[in-house]
Amino acid sequence: MIEHHLPALQVLLPLFAAPLLMFLVRWPTLAWAVTTAVCWAALLVSALLLEAVWAGGPISYAHGGWEPPYGIEYRVDTVNAFVLLIISGISAIVMPFARDSVEQEVPRDRIAWFYTAFLLANAGLLGIAITGDAFNIFVFFEISAIASYALIAMGRDRRALLASFTYLIMGTIGTTFLLIGIGFLYMMTGTLNLADLAERLPAVHDTSTIRAAFAFIAVGVSLKLALFPLHLWLPNAYTYAPSMVTVFLAATATKVAIYVLLRFFYSVFGVEFSFGVLPMGYVLMPLALLGILIPSIVATFQADVKRMLAYSSVAQVGYIILGFSFASTLGLMAAMLHLFNHAITKAALFMALGAIVYRIGSPRIDAMAGIARDMPWTMAAFVVGGLSLIGVPLTAGFITKWHLLLAALEAGLWPIAVFLLATSLIALIYIGRVVEAAYFRERPAGAVPVREAHPALLLPTWALALASVVFGIHTALPIGAAARAAELLLGGYP
Amino acid sequence: MNPHIVLRVGAKLLIPVIVLFGLYVQFHGEYSPGGGFQAGIIFAAALILYALIFGLETVQRAVPPGAVHALAGLGALLYMSIGIWSMLAGGNFLEYKVLLADAQRAEILGIILIELGVGVTVATVAITLFYSFAGRMRPEQDGG
Repeated sequence: MIEHHLPALQVLLPLFAAPLLMFLVRWPTLAWAVTTAVCWAALLVSALLLEAVWAGGPISYAHGGWEPPYGIEYRVDTVNAFVLLIISGISAIVMPFARDSVEQEVPRDRIAWFYTAFLLANAGLLGIAITGDAFNIFVFFEISAIASYALIAMGRDRRALLASFTYLIMGTIGTTFLLIGIGFLYMMTGTLNLADLAERLPAVHDTSTIRAAFAFIAVGVSLKLALFPLHLWLPNAYTYAPSMVTVFLAATATKVAIYVLLRFFYSVFGVEFSFGVLPMGYVLMPLALLGILIPSIVATFQADVKRMLAYSSVAQVGYIILGFSFASTLGLMAAMLHLFNHAITKAALFMALGAIVYRIGSPRIDAMAGIARDMPWTMAAFVVGGLSLIGVPLTAGFITKWHLLLAALEAGLWPIAVFLLATSLIALIYIGRVVEAAYFRERPAGAVPVREAHPALLLPTWALALASVVFGIHTALPIGAAARAAELLLGGYP
Repeated sequence: MNPHIVLRVGAKLLIPVIVLFGLYVQFHGEYSPGGGFQAGIIFAAALILYALIFGLETVQRAVPPGAVHALAGLGALLYMSIGIWSMLAGGNFLEYKVLLADAQRAEILGIILIELGVGVTVATVAITLFYSFAGRMRPEQDGG
């Protein structure tokens, strides 16, 4: 019986626990413990879901017993089971890290509220990924976004408030555009179910309403996923949010938005419409290339490592969109792989940085001078994550870049192959600056001596750092899942 | 105390009607336009009107912020508990018809309880927003 309810439980677990935490305001540690238990349970659910769809094909769950396409349907296939696993995996691994980090950065009487918002954000992201209903996607986008605004605003720096407000404005514009697009689709087809939309759209493809819907959805979701040049909210939001929130959002929020764009472009509108009738390849590819190049260069000039990694995240979104824009199996595989690889890599980097900030109280590069002698394990994890970000062989980052290269060569676009190698060097520069400061500079005179990070911070960091190496060597799971997902996306709705 | 006699009398006349109308919208939502969301806002409007005329302290003595918070959580929990109840009774999430032996009565029970949860949460969240903007949610943090 429980297997049948897995799709509902995936969202229900965090959603139900969130209001419960409101009654634990006086017991922050208990609130943390409940959140951790829920996150691990959600991970178990997504693992079971992935296993089930891997063996038995798509699963559909009709809410309230209303059969799709009339009711709200949760629909799990290999593509979103993979995304669900990324979200719940990251939130499960970040929770042991969160306890000390959140206690230090968030006032004690707000910790339970903080976890309430975290679980809501988590439920929202899982909901976006799992639902098969266009309007439901909008609702979950708002749930996760509003919770994220609250999470970001809880950062210690007062600029967190402004960062959160900017994100609020940009995010609201994004989701409003998405809603307008969905409204147009509903107007033309009379349905909100994604699979049903995919079936009905070809009959009305050649209308300006559908083209407008496409444009609104493309721009709205691009705002949420921080596609260059719509990324302006992202660096400040990531920089001033509490460490744990940055880890979680950087690894999941933009990924889920990319998934939604993939879903709409490939499954709902279909490859022929998105990349044949409408020249989206020619729109996305230049934006992706600029989005890799410019934020990477900007990242090399940052004095704040957190902000540097945030700009690097914008560049990484560029890589994913580049794979996406080839509209080929290899390109999509690279995009799906990078969703996964970048999530673990960037989470490892932000966690290592969070552990350093926990000790020295500042994410600035000068404050990190000579830190490697006092915190060798934390910095080693940062280096491993950095290598994966650059795309050194035997790391997860390499696997994605390799597939991107193959996709570019397959499309006959060898300048892009050269470009990919060149931009990897820029990543080497900005990671190198941190490594240089931490390993080869002296501790500033008068700096307080620091100790190695607490195991509770170090273990999750290393778990992800090792994961980014393991998935660089033992690639069967991510490549297998990505290949299946790419096939499924190119095939439209089965 | 308050010199605005017209406002005070007007509010005293209006507030019971507003609350009553809120109840009507709440429990008639399954037949006519309305439901928990609209009713919750109407309810909150009655309280906010009262606060505007008679002062925030008077309202908070009757409806303390702590209780409002608790109710906001409880409303959401009620909603989801019904969903879980229907899962335990053998249906899908929020499939009301399995709640009772008589499917039609079960549908009514389900929707009434769900809308009650929505109404409570929406009303209390709207009140919380008002309390926050009125700036007296956490007096100890006023300086910050």
